[in-house]
Amino acid sequence: MTALLVIAGAMVGAPLRYLTDRTVQARHGGPFPWGTLLINLTGCLVLGALAGATLPGPLFTLLGTGFCGGLTTYSTFSFETLRLIEQKAYFYAAMNVVITIAAGIGAAFAGFATTQAIFPV
Amino acid sequence: MSGDPRATAPPRPSQLPTVTAVAIGGGLGALARFGLTRAWPTAPGHFPWATFATNVAGCFLIGVLMVIVTEIRVAHPLVRPFLGVGVLGGFTTFSTYAVEFHNLLSPGLVAVAFAYLAGTLLAAMVAVFAGAALTRRLAGR
Repeated sequence: MTALLVIAGAMVGAPLRYLTDRTVQARHGGPFPWGTLLINLTGCLVLGALAGATLPGPLFTLLGTGFCGGLTTYSTFSFETLRLIEQKAYFYAAMNVVITIAAGIGAAFAGFATTQAIFPV
Repeated sequence: MSGDPRATAPPRPSQLPTVTAVAIGGGLGALARFGLTRAWPTAPGHFPWATFATNVAGCFLIGVLMVIVTEIRVAHPLVRPFLGVGVLGGFTTFSTYAVEFHNLLSPGLVAVAFAYLAGTLLAAMVAVFAGAALTRRLAGR
C-alpha cells in the first residue's frame, strides 16, 4: 500500500518535471539549465512545507516521497553541470551549483518555517 | 492553396508515449529509492546514507547512460525519457537532500549537516564524471 503511494506520487511528479523543463527550455535558449533549477527549487519549497506541516504518514509518503521525490532530481542536475564543464562554460557550471544548492536549501527552510507558523505543533 | 500557415504546418508528434515512459520510469525509480530508504533507515541526527547512496549511484548511472545514447549508439527515442528522465530522475532526489540538511542543522550536528551537504555534491560530481569517462574509455572513445 505504502509502495503504491510512492509510485502514484512519482508518476505525477516525474512527467511534470519533464513537461516543465521542456516548456522552460523552449522559452530560454542558451546553455543554462533554467528548467531543472526551477523544478528543484519548487520541489524543495513544497517538501519543506510538507515537512513543516507534520502531515499524517500516508499523505507525506504520497506527496513528499512520491511526488516531490519524482519531481526533483540530482542526476539531471549533476549531468547538466558536467555538460557545462565539458563545454568550458565554467562560470555557468559554478553558478548552477551555487544557485541550486543555496536557493534549494533556502526554499526548504522557507517552506518549513511557513507551515510551522501556520500549523504550530 | 491556403494562406493560413496553420493549414500547412506539419502535425506535432504526440507527446503521449514520451510522457507515459517518463511516468512509468519515474514510478519505478521512486520505488527503488523508497525501498533503499526502508532497508537502510537513518536514525534522527545521523548522516542520511540511503539518500546519499541513491543520489551518487543515480549520478554515476546518468553519466553512463547519456554517453551511450548520445555518443555511442542511436537509441530508441523512448530509451532516454524512460531511463534518464524517468527511472534515474525518480530515483534521485534534490528535495529530500535539502530537507534532510534542514533536519540535521541543529546544535551539535552542524558538522554532520555540512558534511552531508558538501559530501553529496562532491561525490555526485565525481560519480557523473566517472560514469561518463569510464563509458567513453570502454567504448574506445
